[in-house]
Amino acid sequence: MSVDLPAAPAAARDGGEAVEVDHLLSWLPVDRVARARVPMLLATAFLVVAMLVGVSVGPVDVPPVAVVGTLLAHLGLAHPHVSAVDQAIVWQLRLPRVVLACLVGAMLAAGGAAYQGVFRNPLADPYLLGVAAGAGLGATVVIVSGHYASQVLPIAAFVGAVGAVAMTYVLGATGDVRDSSRSIVLAGVAVAALLTAVQTYLQQQHAPEIQQVYNWLLGSLSVANWTDVWLILPYVAVSGVLLVAHRRVLDVLRVGEDEARALGVNPERTRVLVVGAATLGTAAAVSVSGLIGFVGIIVPHTVRLAASSSYRVVLPVSMVAGGAFLVLADLLARTVEAPAEVPIGVITALVGAPFFLFVLRSRRGGQGVR
Amino acid sequence: MTAAIVLDDVTVRFESTVAVSAVEATVTSGEWVGLVGANGAGKTTLLRAIAHLERHHGTVRVVDQDLGALSHRRRAQLVAYVPQKPEFPSDMSVMEYTLLGRTPHLGYFASESARDRRYCRNLLERLGMAAQRDRRISTLSGGETQRVVLARALAQEAPILLLDEPTSALDLGRRVEVLELVDELRRERQLTVVSALHDLTLAAEFADRLMLLAGGALVACGAPTDVLHESVLAEHLGAPVRVLQAPDGGLVVVPPARLRRRHADTDVPDAARRHHA
Repeated sequence: MSVDLPAAPAAARDGGEAVEVDHLLSWLPVDRVARARVPMLLATAFLVVAMLVGVSVGPVDVPPVAVVGTLLAHLGLAHPHVSAVDQAIVWQLRLPRVVLACLVGAMLAAGGAAYQGVFRNPLADPYLLGVAAGAGLGATVVIVSGHYASQVLPIAAFVGAVGAVAMTYVLGATGDVRDSSRSIVLAGVAVAALLTAVQTYLQQQHAPEIQQVYNWLLGSLSVANWTDVWLILPYVAVSGVLLVAHRRVLDVLRVGEDEARALGVNPERTRVLVVGAATLGTAAAVSVSGLIGFVGIIVPHTVRLAASSSYRVVLPVSMVAGGAFLVLADLLARTVEAPAEVPIGVITALVGAPFFLFVLRSRRGGQGVR
Repeated sequence: MTAAIVLDDVTVRFESTVAVSAVEATVTSGEWVGLVGANGAGKTTLLRAIAHLERHHGTVRVVDQDLGALSHRRRAQLVAYVPQKPEFPSDMSVMEYTLLGRTPHLGYFASESARDRRYCRNLLERLGMAAQRDRRISTLSGGETQRVVLARALAQEAPILLLDEPTSALDLGRRVEVLELVDELRRERQLTVVSALHDLTLAAEFADRLMLLAGGALVACGAPTDVLHESVLAEHLGAPVRVLQAPDGGLVVVPPARLRRRHADTDVPDAARRHHA
């Protein structure tokens, strides 16, 4: 079959010129990715500012200039005059925490966006298939057996999270192919309820440790260090790259599983890949941060309302904006009641929900998830 | 003439009901075949089975390849399917939607190249939609929407085009326009078209051959003049119709005028008339 159609007379007239320009600009993703560029730039600027502020502000304020100086010094690029104390605060205390918040936020937001796409459900978040319940149970088992703050806790949370999703998939995979995504979501609800029940039971049986379990469940980055960052970075990086790589396929799925199939996409295979990638990433993230809620719903929907509901925009921009959002949420978590810390999950909901409602109202009748 | 589609014993069951029953048929390359029949006769299900969107028994061969043995991607390179009510994602533009049709030619993680974009731009220009390229689909008229759906299907560059009631949402003028367009494109691009059409007059006008389905079975197949007989239709459509010869030689299928005229002649109120009948 020929590639180019026989051009209509009108096309023939200016066709030559159009092709010329197109050829010159072929290195640019002209038609549509251009729409991702501005939101991406804004989100990146937001992230840089959030991280700078996040590192500067705390019990001891470090001026942004000193923050940048410390970074340059540690990267071996320059040797500005920054006091050793400031350097230690920036490099050993605040930066790992800010970087960790960024990674966790990026992962939760990207996971949420991808789940909303693959399950075609605006309420889907990365915890949909039981990641949170599984991680919660894993962590609770470790805590009630007296190992809070040990190296075992993140591993148990990770194993619990991955195990829960595997269980959901096995239980939900039966049944009609045409309705398989619904049966997986329902299996996820059941698995989450079951694991949460077990976790609550364990918690009630071990009253002395309730506070510790509770602290973990609500999420906190207070003990963040570089080890945590290096621990989750590979998972978040691989998962993030895989999810963002699905942006075009998720756009195809927006026309429905049936039509996507007719367009040559295998929705079941896409679902396995997306769920697998998102599960590894979110399981790693929550294993160090605890169960921070709401990021996976609010960030992607805000991007949809503010920019576009194409996944080419939603996925990458949510990732960057999600990182920035959690950096700011963590900043509030450690400053509003300093020296005490407010659970970060409380902040994400308390600040995020009204902001989300504001965006929703200002764009009423705007774009839905599909 | 080579066979573009060969259906061998195609059967679709939904639990205990048989929706399509042992259909055997051959569609010649470059031909337009119209699927006709009453609601629930199995037109949509047969089209979906050909596109492998419905689990079925029997084989579908397209340009000498067993579709069941091919990947989703390869199938989509051979067969483009347009459902009766396509789903339009909110805030998706005409160009973005058309580009979805390039999916079978792209790697799983690949994005469209400049060549894919150029292809879709030319396609939209051919369909007279160049000016609407950046419009949201939700802002288009019914006729324009149907053109965009066609554009997406044509972007697949598949030799087979399956259309499920492509004109059901349109007024008569727009219907003829869209079907004319399909016909032109079929000739330009040597496409084989199989479409479900409930309007028998239009089906007779545009299709080379008609396949009449009743209760999931293929009950008649041939040129419109051979299939559209009042006695055949009365038996399989579940309602009497009249087949008239238009002055230009075409066939016109209309509901029988007898009942209407009799009703108009009497002054009996509706309820009483129903009682009489």
